[in-house]
Order: sequence, then C-alpha cells, then structure tokens
Amino acid sequence: MSTTRSTLRTHWVALRAMLVLTLVLGVGYTAVVTGIGQFALPAQANGSLVRDADGAVVGSALVGQPFADAEGAPLPEWFQPRPSAAGDGYDGGASSGSNFGPENADLVAAITERQAAVGEADGVQRGEIPADAVTASGSGLDPHISPAYARLQVARVAEARGLPEAEVAALVERFVQGRDAGYLGDPTVNVLRLNLALAEL
Amino acid sequence: MEVLFAALQAATLALILALLYRPLGDYLARTYTSDRDWRVERGFYRLIGVDPRAEQSWPAYLRGVLAFSLVGLLLVYVLQRAQAVLPYSLGLPAVPEGLAFNTAASFVANTNWQSYSPELTMGYTVQLAGLAVQNFVSAAVGIAVAIALVRGFARHGSPTLGNFWVDLVRGCLRVLLPLAIVGAIVLLAGGVVQNFAGFTEVHTLTGGIQQLPGGPVASQEVIKLLGTNGGGFFNANSAHPFENPTAWTNLFEVVLMLAIPFALPRAFGRIVGSNKQGYAILAVMATLFALSLVALSALEAAGRGTAPELAGGAMEGKETRFGIFGSTLFATTSTLTSTGAVNSMHDSYTALGGMLPMLNMMLGEVAPGGVGSGLYGMLVLAVIAVFIAGLLVGRTPEYLGKKIGPREIKLASLYILVTPTLVLTGTALSFALPGVREDVESTSIWNPGIHGMSEVLYAFTSAANNNGSAFAGLTANTPWFNIALGVAMLLGRFVPIVLVLALAGSLAAQRKVPATAGTLPTHRPQFVGLLIGVTVLVTALTYFPVLTLGPLAEGLN
Repeated sequence: MSTTRSTLRTHWVALRAMLVLTLVLGVGYTAVVTGIGQFALPAQANGSLVRDADGAVVGSALVGQPFADAEGAPLPEWFQPRPSAAGDGYDGGASSGSNFGPENADLVAAITERQAAVGEADGVQRGEIPADAVTASGSGLDPHISPAYARLQVARVAEARGLPEAEVAALVERFVQGRDAGYLGDPTVNVLRLNLALAEL
Repeated sequence: MEVLFAALQAATLALILALLYRPLGDYLARTYTSDRDWRVERGFYRLIGVDPRAEQSWPAYLRGVLAFSLVGLLLVYVLQRAQAVLPYSLGLPAVPEGLAFNTAASFVANTNWQSYSPELTMGYTVQLAGLAVQNFVSAAVGIAVAIALVRGFARHGSPTLGNFWVDLVRGCLRVLLPLAIVGAIVLLAGGVVQNFAGFTEVHTLTGGIQQLPGGPVASQEVIKLLGTNGGGFFNANSAHPFENPTAWTNLFEVVLMLAIPFALPRAFGRIVGSNKQGYAILAVMATLFALSLVALSALEAAGRGTAPELAGGAMEGKETRFGIFGSTLFATTSTLTSTGAVNSMHDSYTALGGMLPMLNMMLGEVAPGGVGSGLYGMLVLAVIAVFIAGLLVGRTPEYLGKKIGPREIKLASLYILVTPTLVLTGTALSFALPGVREDVESTSIWNPGIHGMSEVLYAFTSAANNNGSAFAGLTANTPWFNIALGVAMLLGRFVPIVLVLALAGSLAAQRKVPATAGTLPTHRPQFVGLLIGVTVLVTALTYFPVLTLGPLAEGLN
C-alpha cells in the first residue's frame, strides 16, 4: 500500500471513529445523565430553586442575589451579600471574579471604599470587618457570607425593621451552616435563605 | 484550628487516593493488556474498519494519534462555525474564525484554555457534541500514549507498540465513560445542574430580575475533571456554584482530577512486572504534590500584599464555602495535573501565591500530571535521571532493563526542551513584536505593572503545558493570543507525543539487558530523591530568570 493511500485510509478510520464517539460520548452520555438528573434528582438538576411563602420562585439556594435598590445602593433592612464582579453585580448570565491583582490600585481603592461603607452602615471599626465583606468572590455569585459578617449586620437589620435585636441575632445563629462533615470548607451563612426567613418574621 | 481542618481534608484526600491506587491501577493495567474485546467494542471496530488484533509500529501508532486529533480539530471548528444553525444554541451566533481555531486547538490538545466567556459564546450543542467529546477522547489519547511508552519498557525485541484504535476505544468505554456516569450522579446529588432550560428569569426577593443559567453541566463537569481537561461550562469555571456547589463537592472534584493520574504509576508497575517501580514513581509525584500544596496554602493563609492585608485576608476571587484551603487545594491539584479548572481566581492570589500555580505547570505537570501525559512526562524525566546517575559513576545508564543510549537521550532531551521554548518565545514575542506589544499592553493586560507581565507569562505557560488555567484578567480573545496560544497548545501537545512514541519504539525494539551489581536500582529512596532533584532542577534553571521579572519581583517588593 502506498503512503498516500495508507494516510488517506488512516484519516477515513479516524473520521468514522470520531463520529461514532461523538454519538456515544456526546449525545448518548449527555442524554443518560440528563435523564437520571430529571427523573431521580429534579430539584438539584433544575437549579435548587427557592420559593417564598406563597410558592413563587425567588432565586436559587446556590446562587447569590443582590439586596439593593435600582441604583445598586444596599438596602439596610436586608442582610447584604459579598461584593460581586459578575456584570453589574450577581448577574447570573456573566459569572466572573474581578481578577484584580494583589497590588492593583483599583482593588485597594475599592476595598477602602467598601470598608468605609460597611463601617458607616453598621457602625463598626475597619479592623472588625471580615475579609469576605469587602472582597468579590471568584464567581461573583457566591451565595454565602461568613458568620462573622452576618453577625456584624444584625444591629442594622434589626433597627431598619423595628425588630428586637435578640430575635434577629437568634435567626442568624439558626442559619449558620457548619463545615461540611465537620471539617470541609469554611462555616457559612446563606444570604437568600436567611433573608427569606427574615421576611417571614 | 484552621490548620487542623486543612490537614484533615488533605488526609482524607490522601486516604481516598490510597484506597483507589491498587484497584484502579490494576483495572487500568488489565484494560490495556487484555486480549479480549467487549462485544460492543467488536461492533465499534467493524464500524470504523480496523482489525483490533493488528499490531502497530510506532510510526503507525503515531499516525493514528495525529489523524484522529486532526479530525477532532476540524470537527470542533466546524461545529462552532455552524453554531447558528445547530439546535439548543440559545440563539448564539457562529463563533468567529480566530476564536474557533483557538478553542478547537485547545480542546483537542487536552488544554481547555478558554479565550471566551462560555455563557455568552457557546450553545449547548457545541458544548456537548464538540467540547465534552474532546474532553473524553483527548484524555483517552493521553492515556494511550502513556501506555504505549510503558509497553516500550515492557516489550523486548518487539517492532510494535499495540493498536492505537483499541487503546482509544478501551480508554473511552472501559475507563472514562463508566467513571463519568458515576461521578455525574454524585455531582448532581450535590447540586450541579443538568437540564436544557437555557436562562430562566426569576424575580428576586427585592423584586429585581435575575437570570439563572441552565445547561447540561454535570455531565460536562465530571469529564472535564476526570480527563484533566478543565474547560468550564461557565465563565467562573468551578468557582460557579452550579459547577461546584459545596465544600464536599469541591473535595470530590479534586479526587476526580487526581484519580487516574495517581493510579497510572500502579498500571505502569504492573505492566513492566514490578509494582515497586510504580511505587517509586508514585513517591516522586506525591512528594512534589505535598510540598507544593503546603507552600501555596501557607502563602495564601499568610495573605501578604497591599490588598489582602488591607482586607484582612486573601479572599478576593475566593468563594466563602471553600475558604482558603479549599481554594489552594483545588488550585494545586489543577495546575499539577494538566486540568486548569479553577475554583478561585489565580490572578487575585498573593504575588508569591500566584507564582505557585505557574511553577506547578513549569515543572512539566508531572506530579501527578495530566491523564497519561503526567506518566509519560515523569518517565522521560526518569530517563534523564538515570542518564545523569550513569554519568556520575561512569556507566552506561539503564532503566528497567533497557539501555539509555544516544538515541534515547536525544529524544528525552528534546522532550524537555519543547515547552520551555514555547513558553519563553511566546512571552518574549508578546513584548518584542512591534504592533503586538501595543495590542498586548493596551487591550489584553488587565492589571498594570509587573502583574500584567505575569498574566502573559502565565498564559503561555498554561498553553504550552496544556493546562488551560489563566490569570484570567488577561483578555485573550485577540488575533495575537488566539493564534499564538493556539499554536503553542498544539505544539506543546503533539511534539512531545511524537518524541515519546519514537522513544517507545526505540525501547521496545531493544533486548533486555540483565541487571548487574553495577545497575542503579530505580525503586529505592535514593532514586526517588534523584528524580525529585532532576525534576526541580530542570525547571528551576529554565524558568528562574523569567520568574524574577514577574511574580518574584512583585512578591519581594
């Protein structure tokens, strides 16, 4: 067999192999996993949606959302999530981190500004503000804040809602999620779930 | 306390991998040595027209690898260009030529560098029929080449290395597909989505509107990790809560990345007939992995730098649920394999912390490395190590009963020169070519100053080593980066494969040299230490100068 014919034959085999594998691994495999997801684990497969007391979908338990007015100013009566670099903030169509480097002047300015804003809103000193309150997450959709940041917001939220501080503080403690299996990851508070419970107080 | 939790998580990972080592390694060895075909495989061979018992010489094996990869490249390119007429494309237009080339090269080369934002660029059909398929087959190609090299050591006086089509099909059907289905179910249970719903509009608690993305994510997430590919379904990759929802899925995803690369030394030991040889390679990989993980975790926990110190911790670009250690564990795993998935933004790491992922890739991704590519990379370094040991004592070097002669050492030396040449040339040209430099500085670089140069160095390091992670502030969807990185990925993948298969052919043809009193034992701690030293030294000498211009300068400032 000549080299040209042998090369042509090899490519013909390659093409057929690629097409069959595309059917099996692309179409077949995806269909099987989708079937399993939709029939056996539909809640997760469709985005872990969260509903309010009336049954209306208000978001996903896994995806953070903004608690701000139309201009993006934080609303004091809600627990605030972390800063977000996804679109204009928590844009589910544009997940992203800020990608600012550790010496980037824009990042330093943003952190300073956020610390001032949190300090003013919650009446605390700069040193008391946890890092997650003033830094954007990797996805821009982080649904969580640290328990420290949640506790720091209790007084402000209670005052804005005219609720006893102890009641709001107790609610926060109920929503502190420990580490997975007791030692994986960091303790968290899911902001949407906490705010949903807050609205029902 | 933090340190204790981190140590417990690392210990859990080590335990899981230790439990997988023998069964998975033995299964891999059986898969590639068995002479029985499954029925479905026999049907497959008839469909594509190959005789599964036909043995191939190394050039024939190589032609199979290259032809299959070329066809894959063209198919992924055509799918992207035809996106507008494909179903489930979410109304997205055809992908432009330059970006389509870069993406096709990237996924065929097991790199998964992404110059694009997936939510805004790729519909579901391109993702599942183009990208996910390459995630399977490029991984199977990598394992096949590694197995061919192992056969080179195991066979004596043999003109052939096996049959590429059989190795490819078995890798896909016996190894990757079953593991992927099990893994996908686990990820689904954890909250990873799997649907064809597109974007769903929801009214948030405060009455605003939020778009929630959908897609066949679980099926793609698992194979992107298991095949050490790394291309995210979403822009934020495994930082996205729909790709990696919890701290335990994070650990599971780390296991997926490491399972096959860490089990391959066992398969190697089995096939060459000495499990101890497998343990020696494993010891080298595990030691380098542990050192790198401790270094990165310590640097990020310390949080040095203007912004992290001001904020009170290096949490920019990191997710609350993973914390610092969940992030550094994932980053170390991703860059010491050839995965390149990220669950935190490396661009925002501390200066010296951000250097570690770069160093991991510069090591050649051999600890444990990509599926297949990690093992063949480490075996090439082992060849170099026995050669150096041979020079020291003045004996002809041997490894596993094979003489390491001039031809073998030339091939191994060329192998370790390929990626540094691509990395350093690509980075230098980005700043040296008139026209390109202005474009790189004005359009592509995101962070000013030294950090911007690190973004470019990171990009070429990632592309040439087929990693795919990024200092993601860099805007890489430009003509220069799409073409230069595309070429770097293809050369960084296929030139080493040519050299490895040539080496395998040359080794297989040799007769066995009986071991004598003067033969260097390659299963003892002495050799493990030597191989670690060679791996680190080759890297350090090559890259130290350029690191002093980037992350070292920034971190020590």
